Amino acid sequence: MTAAWLLRRLVASVAIIFAVVTFVFILIHLAPGRPCAQGGGGEYVDQIQCNRLIAQFGLDKPIPEQYWLYLIALAHGNLGYSFSLHRPVRDAIADTIPFTLQLAGAALALDFLLGLALGIYQAVRVNRLPDIVIGNVTLFIYSLPTFWLALLLLLIFGEKLRWFPVGGPNNPVLCPLVDSLYCVADRLWHLVLPAATLGMVGAAGTARFQRAAMLEVATQDFVRTARAKGVPERRVVLQHQLRNALLSFITRFGLAFPFLLTGAVLIETIYAWPGMGRLAFDAILSRDYPLVTATALTASVVVVAGNLLADILVGIADPRLRVRADADAQVLTA
Amino acid sequence: MTLGTWLALVVALVAAAEAVRALRQRGLRSERWRRFFRQRTTSWGLGILTFLVIVALAAPLIAPFDPNKQLDIIRLKNYPPSWTFLLGTDYLSRDLWSRVVYGARVSLGIGALGALMAVSLGTLVGAVAGYYQRWIDAVLMRGVDVGLALPRIFILLMAVALWDGLPFAALVITIGLTSWFGTSRLVRAEVLSLRQRDFVVAAHALGADTRRVIFRHVLPNAAAPIIVSAALGVGNVLLLEASLSFLGIGIKPPGASWGNMIADGAPSIYTAPWSTLFPGLAISLVVMSLNAVADGVRDALDPREEPA
Repeated sequence: MTAAWLLRRLVASVAIIFAVVTFVFILIHLAPGRPCAQGGGGEYVDQIQCNRLIAQFGLDKPIPEQYWLYLIALAHGNLGYSFSLHRPVRDAIADTIPFTLQLAGAALALDFLLGLALGIYQAVRVNRLPDIVIGNVTLFIYSLPTFWLALLLLLIFGEKLRWFPVGGPNNPVLCPLVDSLYCVADRLWHLVLPAATLGMVGAAGTARFQRAAMLEVATQDFVRTARAKGVPERRVVLQHQLRNALLSFITRFGLAFPFLLTGAVLIETIYAWPGMGRLAFDAILSRDYPLVTATALTASVVVVAGNLLADILVGIADPRLRVRADADAQVLTA
Repeated sequence: MTLGTWLALVVALVAAAEAVRALRQRGLRSERWRRFFRQRTTSWGLGILTFLVIVALAAPLIAPFDPNKQLDIIRLKNYPPSWTFLLGTDYLSRDLWSRVVYGARVSLGIGALGALMAVSLGTLVGAVAGYYQRWIDAVLMRGVDVGLALPRIFILLMAVALWDGLPFAALVITIGLTSWFGTSRLVRAEVLSLRQRDFVVAAHALGADTRRVIFRHVLPNAAAPIIVSAALGVGNVLLLEASLSFLGIGIKPPGASWGNMIADGAPSIYTAPWSTLFPGLAISLVVMSLNAVADGVRDALDPREEPA
């Protein structure tokens, strides 16, 4: 892991994000429908007024010129002005990101803690009853559509048992803002169902992945050597097997980001969670060009950053991989 | 449900079970097939998939009602499961069982076609990049990097929502075009390691041209990851279509897909949970079977994972 490698990766990452922005910009401007036309954005707008608005936002200019102006604004850190929300895009995104981060953070924690524990336990008891039972359960949960699981959990725990609220990020009367210990608890309480939905499906995938990784390591010579020289079984599993199996787990960690983001669009819609996924969906429906491009930009930054972070962590954790340009080719073979 | 539809259903069940049993019997002879069937879930998965494919093909025989017909909007709205309506009716009094059966055509069709397209594209790009290396590899793989960084669901939402009312074929193509990036990386990595092997060098030395080397020598040996990613791909595409339809921008009503059936049922989930429950169960069943079969293929073709 040298400074040159890091620099090269950073430049590549910026190039990727730039390409994503360009692609999304072209795609959305090629699509039919104008931001204020009838049917596209929802309410009817007078044609003369519509044309005036279009001119005001510079949407009547040729697309290459609009693209150039957008890039210049972007270079100044200006994401533009949202047509549908009547406020700067940056503020709209800044308002929703904390919600998405809370949801994704809670889901990730559940995903990895539960998934790792189950996977390790299965590998230790491989091909015995606990392994088979957990294996079948994780196979089932891993195959559930997240939005359907969300509806199911809502039905059981929200409506029938009434243990958890059926939607929204907080109690609108008692806790409009998180400013007391009670409201923190309230937020967590509202977070349980959405985070459990995303986290459970993720944890099932992680458990399957981790079991396979542990078993792949289990047949290698250094594990046999450790056993042969009398290392206690517990230490063999935790120190020799797990440490090596965690390497491929780190790359999975980087890849989990997009899953949480894409899952979030549906989960946020179902649980009325005011995060970025819902913002993006609404923006697309109302043809809010700056907001769409900005949400796609944010999402791709998260994806690229996740991959970069995983590569750096693997580089630190695995001395064999200190500098290997081809490391990312391995990411998806796991 | 009439006697005829019950009969057709039983025939489909028996046919699926028999097909799997026959395959198992035949497979006992070779080591590879034995490994494929080692897990019981693989047989179950294969059986369920066969059954559902038969159901989709023979939909008119197995569905007792017209899937889009509103039977009696006053008296039969959100009617619970019964002997006449095996899975109940939905909010427009349409028979759910018939809709699930006909929806299998759409959902399985999109899953299979979309995955076929994605895997073919991914295999082609991966093979070309891995085989030719140099600048072709660099250009293609940077493209794949961008593709993987694209928030796929956003792109699909945009494509589908903005071009209002995409036809079936366009939906398949859009999904296929945005789903091949992972496969291409897998195939490339495999081809990179294969092209160094002696048999590939030998094929070259014997004067085989590049296309022949790639298609006859390299790709067949990279079959394992391709088949696995195809099996997983069908499930992923199916889930994707369901998500899009659930958001109201996939398959257009009144046509039934499992995704838009869940969307139809969701508003009345508290009073008529069956109309949401069963289509989701169908999706889970297919995806689970595909995952189980993919596990079996991995066991059969990749002996590395064998525990001690």
